[in-house]
Amino acid sequence: MSATGLGASVKRTEDIRFITGKGRYVDDINRPGQAHAYFLRSQHAHATINAIDFAEAAGSPGVVAIFTGQDIAADKVGGLICGWMIHSKDGSPMKAGAHPALAQGKVRYVGDAVAVVIADSYAKARDAAEKINVDYGVLPAVTDLKKAVGAANIHEAAPDNTCYNWHLGDKAATDAAFAKAAHVTKLDLVNNRLIPNAMEPRAAVGDYDSGTDTMTLYTTSQNPHVARLVLSAFIGLAPEHKLRVVAPDVGGGFGSKIFIYAEETICAWAAKKIDRPVKWTADRSEAFLSDAHGRDHATHAELAMDAQGKVTGVRVHTLANMGSYLSTFASSVPTYLYAPLLSGQYNIPAIYAEVDAIYTTTAPVDAYRGAGRPEATFVIERLMELAARETGRDPAEFRRQNFVTTFPHQTPVIMAYDVGDYAGALDKALIHADYKGVAARKAASAAKGKLRGVGFSAFIEACGIAPSAAVGSLGAGVGLWESAEVRVNPIGTVEILTGSHSHGQGHETTFAQLVSDRLGIPLENVAIVHGDTDKVQMGMGTYGSRSGAVGMSAISKALDKVVAKAKKVAGHVLEASEHDIEFKDGKFTVKGTDKAIDFGSVALQAYIAHKFNGQELEPGLKESAFWDPTNFTFPAGVHICEVEIDPETGIVNVERYTAVDDFGKLINPMIVHGQVHGGIAQGIGQALMEGAQYNSDGQLLTASYMDYCMPRADSVPSFNVDTIETVCPSNPLGIKGCGEAGAIASPPAVINAITDALGHEDIAMPATPAAVWKAAQKRPMKHAAE
Amino acid sequence: MHNFEYAAPASVADAVAALAKPDAKVLAGGQTLLPTMKQRLAAPTQLVDLRKVAGLAGISREGDAVVIGAMTRHADVAASPLVHDAIKGLGALAGLIGDPAVRHRGTLGGSLANNDPAADYPAAVLALGATIVTNKREIVADDYFKGLFETVLGEDEIITKVKFPIPEKSAYEKFRNPASRYAMVGVFVAKSKTGVRVAVTGAGSSGVFRQKEMEAALAANFAADAIKGVKIAAANMISDLHGDADYRAHLVGVVARRAVEASA
Repeated sequence: MSATGLGASVKRTEDIRFITGKGRYVDDINRPGQAHAYFLRSQHAHATINAIDFAEAAGSPGVVAIFTGQDIAADKVGGLICGWMIHSKDGSPMKAGAHPALAQGKVRYVGDAVAVVIADSYAKARDAAEKINVDYGVLPAVTDLKKAVGAANIHEAAPDNTCYNWHLGDKAATDAAFAKAAHVTKLDLVNNRLIPNAMEPRAAVGDYDSGTDTMTLYTTSQNPHVARLVLSAFIGLAPEHKLRVVAPDVGGGFGSKIFIYAEETICAWAAKKIDRPVKWTADRSEAFLSDAHGRDHATHAELAMDAQGKVTGVRVHTLANMGSYLSTFASSVPTYLYAPLLSGQYNIPAIYAEVDAIYTTTAPVDAYRGAGRPEATFVIERLMELAARETGRDPAEFRRQNFVTTFPHQTPVIMAYDVGDYAGALDKALIHADYKGVAARKAASAAKGKLRGVGFSAFIEACGIAPSAAVGSLGAGVGLWESAEVRVNPIGTVEILTGSHSHGQGHETTFAQLVSDRLGIPLENVAIVHGDTDKVQMGMGTYGSRSGAVGMSAISKALDKVVAKAKKVAGHVLEASEHDIEFKDGKFTVKGTDKAIDFGSVALQAYIAHKFNGQELEPGLKESAFWDPTNFTFPAGVHICEVEIDPETGIVNVERYTAVDDFGKLINPMIVHGQVHGGIAQGIGQALMEGAQYNSDGQLLTASYMDYCMPRADSVPSFNVDTIETVCPSNPLGIKGCGEAGAIASPPAVINAITDALGHEDIAMPATPAAVWKAAQKRPMKHAAE
Repeated sequence: MHNFEYAAPASVADAVAALAKPDAKVLAGGQTLLPTMKQRLAAPTQLVDLRKVAGLAGISREGDAVVIGAMTRHADVAASPLVHDAIKGLGALAGLIGDPAVRHRGTLGGSLANNDPAADYPAAVLALGATIVTNKREIVADDYFKGLFETVLGEDEIITKVKFPIPEKSAYEKFRNPASRYAMVGVFVAKSKTGVRVAVTGAGSSGVFRQKEMEAALAANFAADAIKGVKIAAANMISDLHGDADYRAHLVGVVARRAVEASA
């Protein structure tokens, strides 16, 4: 292994620009003549718009234009779309209510955009917006997921506020398993609603060139090409060859920047309308209100086992809150990104899941770090822990007894697990967590009047979100491959154009490591180009832990082509057959001789083209590739959380956290560990702190950091993170993906630890001090005596 | 933020004159006022910044009291050996306010004039029986606080300094709101020759208050166990997303006991 190649913990080359304030984010982009947009948002959760009076606002200083839903309707601007078709049990297509970029006739959540004011400055736009008078006819808010069916109708197209009633699995076989069960474990679970809180709020600059009739949109996107496709083909702003979408440095996404939102649509459209650039940057309050939220499930789950402790069936009914409108990929999250993971790491013969997707008058809900897989992991890992406790089994050994041990393994819910070593991860985790010392540590805590508990989570996820044909058969509106182009310059430096998008992942480092490794050139000779549809032809973007497994595989494939072509060039230069040329450590050598030429010289020869016939071998050295994998990837691992509860205050201290993960081959272990650390911190945030709350009027109560609790550095312990490796067979690099694992695995580990400490299951996420104090009153310190 | 006029007078008299303008507001660090203005929840037309007024900042010992100027920043109180040696609980409290950025801007006078029910300083002022000195008069702590964000200060009255009597023992314990990290329950305990005073911030629905049953119990026996039996009524406690009144009432007891332990 070289110091900069695959497997080396190279420090992130992009960080020097980020930590010295030289990153270039959308808000750093200013165009000549730029105007500023302010979105007037509904204060009502559900209301008809009877009239909008903006006569006074229009005369306010600096105002350039005010637009409402009527204006975009008149211009035939298409509505925001959901790109994944789900069919209900009865075969009917999901019921997607129309989602205009500016509300038309009705508002459906607090924060719904009603009008946009465009002025010479943001302050002037905001001043003018205060003078707009909207006549609302207030309708009942619908905020309780369990009472939404039968409540006031939100979308005419969706009776009973139901988007779909979907199911997966064999109901009869599952019911039969339960009928024969020796023991059945039942749980009611809520997966709390989260607000993404990327460090950089969303922003957009629309810029229209009337000379060339070309539109440019700078936007905070995880997938600029998908944004261009949707804005062109569905919303109809401009054809793709006349629309450039640029996503420059982006400060975190966690899924929330996958989607195509109203604001960037309006900025691009309005820029053409007023023939001036239009800029908008969300403030933090707008981010809370209008970023797509995550999770928000209410689930009843059951697990059946036989007398020997073999799990024989799992049965799940989930209500999934979609919010007020179907966001870009919302429909896929509680269906195909959720139920296919309910088998966990276990050999379970029968699984049946029903999911009812419900509209409420709240912000749209869509993918958030893990997207469906954290919800599934929470269900199966809470069930497994409780089933072990109820039947007097050790939770680690109960899991081991049910692990899948032979591969490939077909689950009853779509997935074909390719490879894994679940017991291997468990063994290592038990050692790292000093599981043998738990009883002594519990006793020590009890002596101090504290409650200590240990919880497991043996998670699995399906990542890469590909192959295209597979996701297409499940309803995806797009293919989920990735593209790459390798441009070798005449002096041997390399530009990599990728359809992946880095917004914190460190692609500029890891992708360059791959190139350095394969071409034997130094890291600094490699540039990673991404996030601009004028530079990169097409791509599917970054989410679902897919940039390594899918994005880098495309680069790998293109590099193969470059090496093959370079060998031909080298053959001509060295006067040998290309089949006799070996390429290693940046050098082309004629087999068995000392005749050699380095990579840079071959690149130069490829462009000078003196040594070969241009009719037989094309000059130049540039190759591209599209990579579509043969399967999802299946990262998995075992996480063990140990907490200590102060029963007097309800404060939960995460004392130890151990993670042993299998991500396949690691490109950069330091970056992998960083991803795991961040994911665990987010998962601890979900388990202990975060939770969006609306009141019955549909007002968001947790609309700032005063009330929405994010994890801080002092909320988490020093993590004990390790890996094992089984090589992923479905891509050339053996990578499984690591971006979401921590957030997927950790919430059940934390809650299992808390319920172990409390001695009962009656605690919901977030397990805040107040909630844990109340729960600790329920039973005296049952575990304290252990 | 709406537009406003800004004045930075050099004397208290000039500050009072500037305050005579309609919708004028004192700026004394601005750690509450400025965010409120940014959110357009407050829109004063005139800000009167006290930072250039001579003599408003500084810490000194005068006889049996520590005297702290109104414009003294939390960070300066937290870092003062004089404060730590004389009134341990006060120095510790200042170091627990907000975060480093807030502590380097926010001031004692600003905090007391604002009287946020979750602010820390009111607990120290009330428990130590401090005297608030203004450009017009001296106000004893027991007369100063008047409910949520309310004090007896007049429109043209500016706090100039606060006199803190030096106790025998003192401590401040703070249970933080998990989200905002303001005090959800903060208890300041002070024992002096004249008795024990216990003040609670963050929990009460009318702001900071004294817990007199605890004071009596601690006067008889200054030990955490002495207040174990004191029942805290939930009736006057704040109830919100982060904890209901029962929880806060319970925490008052827990936090008070920990404060007594810490003061030893």
